[in-house]
Amino acid sequence: MRPEDVLVPTPSGVCCKAGGFHIDPTRPVDRALITHGHSDHARAGHGLVVATQETLDIMRLRYGDNFAGRTQAVRYGETLTIDDVTVSFHPAGHVLGSAQIKVERKGLRVVASGDYKDRPDPTCAPFELVSCDVFITEATFGLPVFRHHDAEGEVDKLLHSVALFPERAHLVGAYSLGKAQRVMAMLRGRGYDRPIHIHGALETITRYYQERGVALGDIELVRGAKKSELAGTITIAPPSAIGDLWSRRFPDPVAAFASGWMRVRARARQRGISLPLVISDHADWDGLTTTIAATGCSEVWVTHGQEDALVHWSRARGLKAQPLDIVGYGDENEHDEIAPEPGGA
Amino acid sequence: MNRFAELLDRLAYEPGRNNKLRLIADYLRTTPDPERGWALAALTGALSFKYAKGGMIRALIAERTDEVLFALSYDYVGDLSETVALMWPAPIPPLQGEGGREAAGWGPEVSGKQTPPGGLRPPPSLTDIVETLSTLGKAQLPGQIARWLDGLDETGRWALLKLLTGALRIGVSARLAKTAAASLGGKPPDEVEVMWPGLTPPYVQLFAWLEGKGDKPASNDPAPFHPPMLAHAIGEPELAVLDAADFVAEWKWDGIRVQAVAGEDDHGHLVTRLYSRTGEDISRSFPDLIEALRRSAAIDGELLIRRDSRIQSFNVLQQRLNRKAVTPKLLAEFPAHLRAYDLLADGGHDLRGHPFIERRKRLEHFVARLNDPRVDLSPLVPFASWPELIAARADPGAAGAGDDAPAVEGVMLKRRDSLYVPGRPTGPWWKWKRDPMTIDAVLMYAQRGHGKRSSFYSDYTFGVWKSVDGEDRLVPVGKAYFGFTDDELKEIDRFVRRHTVERFGPVREVTHDADTGLVLEVAFEGLQRSTRHRSGVAMRFPRVSRLRWDKPPREADRIETLEKMLAQAEHGRAPAAPLLARASNPALA
Ligand SMILES: [Zn+2]
Ligand SMILES: [Zn+2]
Repeated sequence: MRPEDVLVPTPSGVCCKAGGFHIDPTRPVDRALITHGHSDHARAGHGLVVATQETLDIMRLRYGDNFAGRTQAVRYGETLTIDDVTVSFHPAGHVLGSAQIKVERKGLRVVASGDYKDRPDPTCAPFELVSCDVFITEATFGLPVFRHHDAEGEVDKLLHSVALFPERAHLVGAYSLGKAQRVMAMLRGRGYDRPIHIHGALETITRYYQERGVALGDIELVRGAKKSELAGTITIAPPSAIGDLWSRRFPDPVAAFASGWMRVRARARQRGISLPLVISDHADWDGLTTTIAATGCSEVWVTHGQEDALVHWSRARGLKAQPLDIVGYGDENEHDEIAPEPGGA
Repeated sequence: MNRFAELLDRLAYEPGRNNKLRLIADYLRTTPDPERGWALAALTGALSFKYAKGGMIRALIAERTDEVLFALSYDYVGDLSETVALMWPAPIPPLQGEGGREAAGWGPEVSGKQTPPGGLRPPPSLTDIVETLSTLGKAQLPGQIARWLDGLDETGRWALLKLLTGALRIGVSARLAKTAAASLGGKPPDEVEVMWPGLTPPYVQLFAWLEGKGDKPASNDPAPFHPPMLAHAIGEPELAVLDAADFVAEWKWDGIRVQAVAGEDDHGHLVTRLYSRTGEDISRSFPDLIEALRRSAAIDGELLIRRDSRIQSFNVLQQRLNRKAVTPKLLAEFPAHLRAYDLLADGGHDLRGHPFIERRKRLEHFVARLNDPRVDLSPLVPFASWPELIAARADPGAAGAGDDAPAVEGVMLKRRDSLYVPGRPTGPWWKWKRDPMTIDAVLMYAQRGHGKRSSFYSDYTFGVWKSVDGEDRLVPVGKAYFGFTDDELKEIDRFVRRHTVERFGPVREVTHDADTGLVLEVAFEGLQRSTRHRSGVAMRFPRVSRLRWDKPPREADRIETLEKMLAQAEHGRAPAAPLLARASNPALA
């Protein structure tokens, strides 16, 4: 048994030939197993989509009822069997419904982690460590400079700023699926009990989180609010709205952005952010490396971003490691908004 | 230190002056002595933390990290201190599993640097750091820095490394920090400024007074700074309502406003200081002037370079200001000169409550008695009516400035009866600057602004035509981000959004060819050669003075126009507006 007899990397995602399915394919396929609802992983147009109920719901909310030919919901821990291949979904701690997918054939275990984080998040099930032989990891923040272990401290920074500048509005850029709701929940966790305003683009997903029982408190659309009413408030919006015409409705806005990229000063400055909040839904360098070590794997496949450093680190530890060239991960929608743009000032 | 670091971090990102003031004041209000005093010392530049060089920091990180990972990280971040601050293997336990440190690629623990049993190393306070550095031997420095880094978080490590390498740039002037301190007690900043030279960190007495818990720190400074009196701008049309007989005029010199103060201390020794306009003590940079001031007085005047009995242009002064090291060669090549225009104190007598003409008389006597070639009197510009003054301003060389005319940047009007009042009172003093130089340039790139302007494209890179391989191309010659009205800003913003050809992060490239594009009239105060600018010239104080919607880009200026202006400036002829025959709108300038 070689790993390739279980999962084969292809330019459009990893494929299980024996089971006849792809994981997070970037082009339409007959059978797709989807780790989570971010648009670079979950695309419309597959024949059959197998995913957690939350991921299926999110895809439906984003793409409409006909996003797939058929769907099949799986629960965390439930095992599916296709010929001699068994498949199970395990919490990835990334966003609501996110899963790592374990594929096993003749005793060889491969885990495709999708996107994951090993830090607490009040809006989704905590990351579960899954032992395996081959671990397919993301590397969005795969450099040792990315350390984002203190999300609560960052939320406190935001609250301190709100207290210090009561006449200004605080605008927090956050990706519409996951990060936005996590920031809301963390604000509640730190005792903030005033209404939180949101940009219209966040409404559908935020309401869905609330329906699934995630406590977010009083959430109001910012649409229609008068400028003066927005003084002293917190508004959460898609990152692209922060420096845009839309932001002119706010009184002297403080531009904040909740993202792992905010760890690097040049990135924050490039975006014109004056209150960077280092809050990420991806594992940081410490998280990536401790997770790889803890899975007990002997081989690592690296996707998504800064592959070089993580491949180097793995090989230095005697693990087999290779970067996967999957075209399209990390460069649509949620990720597009954060990917550093070329050139610069 | 983590809290101070948090303040520095926030200040580095916050563009607004008032917001910066609030942040500093909040920190000072909520931080105990002596920590806040050392912080104020750091912000005002009263303490030098410059202890470490890049090489030492590199060596520290090399002991602790894999070199390939360091190289990849440094390449990505682009700043040594920041890279090290982020990569530093802080003893924060990973959430899962034993041996996380090893697993995370931190390498083996360096002996003696382990986390003490019973918890993490407590973060050092700024006070700890200042006190330790004052006695620490050079050999112990690397080990001490490493222990501090172990105790700090990412932001704390960044701030410490920036302080220790003397590279902290957060856009806070000493004046701003003092203003924030003064606000704690609702005091005018000048009151703190005046007592500042007599204070020493960590300023416990100052804070006690500001918070109403102690007496005002007594100032027995023999050579104190006097907060300066400033003038409002005026233009030709507004002169009509003033009576020429009430005023005297002086040349407005294109140098640096300074205050030279000398006084005797308790032992009868003369203490002499040179202050910038904001009260910063700049004596050390001008030993040649300091030795010229041998009598007790406070002189308000202009710092200039005088060579071959001629006052040199600002470009020449700039060359002296740019050098950090004051060498004999520098002093000989760029001799500093003080052109005096007011006397605030004479032999211990405060003259600020006397009318200008009285102070002027005493100044004339003082300068005559001092009798030093490095200090002279700024001459009055004779005039009996406004038309005479208008003529003098248009041609200073013929109106008495003679060979010094290139260093004249307009005229000052002072009421004969004006008392010396700190701040910018309306009425007694006016400045009437010469017309700026202008060119028509083409908007090439626009960048989003900061703070209130973060949703507007408000920073503009503009260019002029240049023949490149026989073909006319636009080459960038400068950047401007003010001069326009709010309405004009909206118009330009709309233009930028509609004519974007490419986006680079917050920057947009806009259409700029011979037929389509936006022509900006750019006004500026002077030109200098520059190796840092691709065009080879740098403008002083460029701003957008007019939007030329009426002009197609092909009619914008060429690089040769700038080169001609530069040559004129360098050959000592006054680069006055008539040469260019284009007036700018004074309301915008
Ligand atoms: Zn994702
Ligand atoms: Zn992803």
